[in-house]
Amino acid sequence: MSATTIAGKKIVLRGRKVVGGCAEGEALVTREHISGWGGIDPMTGTIIETRHELRGTSFKDKVLVFPGAKGSSGWSNAFHMTRLSNSAPRAMIFNQMTTKIALGAVVTHAPAVTDLDQDPLTIIATGDWVKVDGDRGVVEVTKKGL
Amino acid sequence: MLDGAVGLAQQRAIELLVRYAEALGADRFVDTNNVAGVPGSSSLYVQKYFEQHASASDYEAVFSLYDLDSPDVVSIPHAQANCCHLQGGLDPNHWTEQGMTREALDHQLADEAELNRRGVRVLKTCTPYLAGNVPVKGEHCAWMESSAVVYCNSVIGARTNTEGRESTSAAMLTGKIPDWGFHRDDYRYGTHHIQVETPVESVMDWGMLGYFIGDVVQENIPVVTGRIAQADPLRHKHFGAAAASSGGVEMYHMVGVTPEAGTLEMAFGPRRPVATIKYGPVERRKVYETLNSNGTNPNVDYVMLGCPHASIEQIAAIARLLEGHGIQVPLWLFTSRSVKSIADLQGLTKTIEASGALVMTDTCSAIARAVPKGTRVVALDSAKQVHYLPAIVGIEAWFGTTEDCVNAALSGRWTGELR
Repeated sequence: MSATTIAGKKIVLRGRKVVGGCAEGEALVTREHISGWGGIDPMTGTIIETRHELRGTSFKDKVLVFPGAKGSSGWSNAFHMTRLSNSAPRAMIFNQMTTKIALGAVVTHAPAVTDLDQDPLTIIATGDWVKVDGDRGVVEVTKKGL
Repeated sequence: MLDGAVGLAQQRAIELLVRYAEALGADRFVDTNNVAGVPGSSSLYVQKYFEQHASASDYEAVFSLYDLDSPDVVSIPHAQANCCHLQGGLDPNHWTEQGMTREALDHQLADEAELNRRGVRVLKTCTPYLAGNVPVKGEHCAWMESSAVVYCNSVIGARTNTEGRESTSAAMLTGKIPDWGFHRDDYRYGTHHIQVETPVESVMDWGMLGYFIGDVVQENIPVVTGRIAQADPLRHKHFGAAAASSGGVEMYHMVGVTPEAGTLEMAFGPRRPVATIKYGPVERRKVYETLNSNGTNPNVDYVMLGCPHASIEQIAAIARLLEGHGIQVPLWLFTSRSVKSIADLQGLTKTIEASGALVMTDTCSAIARAVPKGTRVVALDSAKQVHYLPAIVGIEAWFGTTEDCVNAALSGRWTGELR
């Protein structure tokens, strides 16, 4: 699949369940790992890490597409708090499995998938509409209109 | 345990651990009898959330609904595995200076009483390995606190993943943790070879090298060879904390130094290094500049030391630098209760506080989000704290040696430079 796809066309990626459930929303994509505690503001879902490309952007109600977690062991707690403050992402799609992200995804309760058959960071762009079926491990991407 | 025969709390705990293991792709647990976490401790925000959204907000409610992510409130029994509590949110003696409320203090003291009742050792530190919790090589642990995790795996050779609040609380009640990652031999071998070509001896240099390596390898496993000297717990503490902040390093090998790296071959095992990276004077200069990229204003109005929590030799060194002097801007030095009790006995706390500086325990500025009122520019000797504090409280930061920082406290000016 080429990354240059026609607007409106649906692309389906298949991987495995991390957390079950279905959700859809606008994608927010970063090629940089995300730090939890000290990297996000759990009250607003905003990335605050000083040198992060998404600094100042919130993932609240977005489908967050990222390579994986890094940093403090407070990762799960920070994402858990975003659920309490209604600032959690609607779903999470990531490449690299770690204990931080596994536990964080579980307690955030947002559908999450990994091990996709194509690199989601290449296929999905910020603004695309993304449907995540956590139980089946299926991601459906509708490219943003040009 | 899953059928509730052992108890409802254990059932809820193992249910969470099963969901976690499934997310990881782990198909079994290992037994653990060494857990380091923050079981049931909550901020006022979390407590008030459950007061509003659930029927109860006491210790057991927070432990059940938040730590165990349980649908119901269950009775929380005595710890089933040896368990210690890591850092907390405020200093029980200097909470007013930290800008905390009496309500927050009372809440913390109430949580502590619950922990003590359940046999949890309230160490209140990010450095449990300097405060009485030292596992043995090969021991399966369930620790959180990234700087302690990297120390546990790399320096001690015990085995832990970077656990989180919820998984450590569940492990405290079950003595189980998913058998994944660093619990397994094949996961612990090195991935990247780092060749150190410039002398790395001082604590600051160990910290800078760690920060460089974390940035380069992210969450992989570096194998370090070359001109690195004077290995001791203090230097490993700063190296590991930095590497776990700029990247997600959970384990490193230093050939001839750390227990699973007697030789280069041992450190890499069956793996071939995916990259070989040099650290020389140019890289050293670049890390220093990166760590100082938040600083523009030379007028320092706060100095924070003790990240990770200061060891007794660091406190002694700071006392020597401050003895007979008075500080111009606040200096807060953070350590564990255990190390502070030694500092008190040796008269070091008295010497430091005679200068106007404060020796604090339990927390740090980043964890507590607490700096002296009006702080705009901080001086730090920890790469980890530089990584987090400016972003968390929105201030500028300078990075240098402990001496540079003490000088800034004595003069109010930053004069540090790379030597």
